[in-house]
Amino acid sequence: MAVSTTHAPITYATRVDKVGPRYQITRALRIIVVLLYAVISLIPVFWMVTAAFKSRPDVVAIPPKVFFTPTIEGFISLLTKRVLLPPAMVEEYKQRDDLNFAERIMAERGQRITGPSQYGQRLVNSVIIASASTVLSVLLGVLAAYAFSRFNVPGKGDLLFFILSTRMLPPVVVTIPIFLMYQQLRLYDTHLGLILLYTVFNLSFAVWLLKGFIDEIPREYEEAALVDGYSRLQAFRKVVLPQAITGIAATFVFCLIFAWNEYAFALMLTSERARTAPPSIPTVLGTGGIEWSAIAAGTLGFLIPVIIVTFALRDYLLRGVTFGALRK
Amino acid sequence: MATVELSHITKKFGSVVALNDVSFTVKDGEFFVLLGQTGAGKTTTLRVIAGLEKQNAGDVFFDGVPVNDATPAERDTAFVFQYYSLYPTMSVYDNLAFPLRAPGRNLSEAEIKQRVHEAAERVRITHLLQRSTRNLSGGEMQRVAIGRALVRRPRIFLMDEPLSNLDAKLREALRIELNRLQREAHSTTLFVTHDQIEAMTLADRVGVLRDGVLVQVGTPREIYDFPATTFVAKLVGVPRINLYDAVRTDGKIRVPDSTIELAAPPHAALPESFTLGFRPEDVQIGPDGDLTGQISLLEPLGVETIVHIRSGRHSLLSTVSGIADFSIGSEVRYRIVRERLHFFDRKTGHRLSLN
Repeated sequence: MAVSTTHAPITYATRVDKVGPRYQITRALRIIVVLLYAVISLIPVFWMVTAAFKSRPDVVAIPPKVFFTPTIEGFISLLTKRVLLPPAMVEEYKQRDDLNFAERIMAERGQRITGPSQYGQRLVNSVIIASASTVLSVLLGVLAAYAFSRFNVPGKGDLLFFILSTRMLPPVVVTIPIFLMYQQLRLYDTHLGLILLYTVFNLSFAVWLLKGFIDEIPREYEEAALVDGYSRLQAFRKVVLPQAITGIAATFVFCLIFAWNEYAFALMLTSERARTAPPSIPTVLGTGGIEWSAIAAGTLGFLIPVIIVTFALRDYLLRGVTFGALRK
Repeated sequence: MATVELSHITKKFGSVVALNDVSFTVKDGEFFVLLGQTGAGKTTTLRVIAGLEKQNAGDVFFDGVPVNDATPAERDTAFVFQYYSLYPTMSVYDNLAFPLRAPGRNLSEAEIKQRVHEAAERVRITHLLQRSTRNLSGGEMQRVAIGRALVRRPRIFLMDEPLSNLDAKLREALRIELNRLQREAHSTTLFVTHDQIEAMTLADRVGVLRDGVLVQVGTPREIYDFPATTFVAKLVGVPRINLYDAVRTDGKIRVPDSTIELAAPPHAALPESFTLGFRPEDVQIGPDGDLTGQISLLEPLGVETIVHIRSGRHSLLSTVSGIADFSIGSEVRYRIVRERLHFFDRKTGHRLSLN
């Protein structure tokens, strides 16, 4: 309940129910449980973030080091291609004065940078493919959901079931057929190919989720807008969309996370040009021992865009995931 | 403002007939009230006029021009809904401005502002304009909804039970205000309600709907004094009309199992058995009454007292102004105003014309 700011402030000191011992104890218990859960969930993230900044010996140290000297070695090895210098040449290489900051750090490890790695390009591919497919699924999804919610589409029940049924098969089952089809259609290793595929996967989810949200918006609003002089499409845009925004945001994030994380199809259907980040991060494992800090750095870079989007939409999400329960 | 005519409108939802051959005209500047119980087809009638629902048969005319194929926007009506009428994502000001900003109206923001303020003043919500619609009370919301209808000059106002969600006091206040607004603007209004008080107080003319059929159209007075059927007679008037099965014998009207006996009206073509009706205010208690009964219950309302009089196996209602000084169980004498008796066909419930 919003309290008007023009009134004198109300003091809540008399809320006896909030000072009693029982309330204090349950509150403390709740906080402890939430904190414990948060710690457990955040340990892997903590390991990843610290590992990204650790030097090679620090990463594999047992017991794990909590305090260490941070280095950006991991990031440099993630973003570059390098060759191992023969031990005899290392000292001579270090003496050169045309080395830049990154080259100097890697020289300490006896490596010479030969060029940039493909990580950046693949992260860009991920951004393009995930965002395009998400925008497409939400856009098509919201229109389809509106139609299913408001109009007497012939065979509505069957169509909705058909849309849902596309999710009943584990997607991996169809990898090989799709691989063969994509080769025929020249969609193999193209951005368009993955965008289409992810849109298809997400669309069923988007339609069903959004239909639930739009069903909750009373028709009277649109009808009022129709009577007020707007067309159906304008009423949809001005009256329905603003109210469906929480649902749209929630659907957007779910679709984005799916497309962003997808691994199996990306591995099968791309090679060079359109390869996304998920199948390429493990390739850092590569040569001469496991580069844990590079992997951690890669994963960190991979996480950041999703975190930004989720954080930007957090207000809508909180209301969105509890839809139905909190409205009115 | 316009004259709106419905001609032989039939509307079905699947196998349910919501409106069955409904015809009536709302004249220019008239306040027409559709009265009926839930499910009678009142809201459907409004929706057909607004173009939100398409009739299966019949025509809608605005000023004599058929509008059957016109979109809701082209019909240019203003609709006040029972629920959910305000856009929740907009402020009160934007809610009022919304109809004016519709494409095709091409109004400047300055003009919109002026008209919004005019309308806000008329429904007394100027102080609410900057508020979000979320924090309004029920009465304020309905005022804003009415303001949103007033802000443009529609051809007809369609109001779907706008007062029924409000508490009694507020309903009364807003009813009076609506009455004032309509008289000032002479706006053509079709108002739907299940509340006979609203119908009687607001209407120039009332149409009574029952199960999709228009039973009677007339002024409130005609509806009250000459109800076309027993249904209409029972629907209007509080306390309800007294209705009994009666017979005509030897020039007298008798209600079996009671002491009620009246002289039959002269020259009357009354059948042998029929339904007799008389309103409680026409049962006048007094020492010179020709009928007697026992008081079985008293309902003092302050303004008047409803007196239940037992007569044989029947009980009839009478009203006495003020708080009546009777005791339960005592004998009373009363008379029934003979000029104001109602006669209905016992089978069909239709009013019997005596001339």
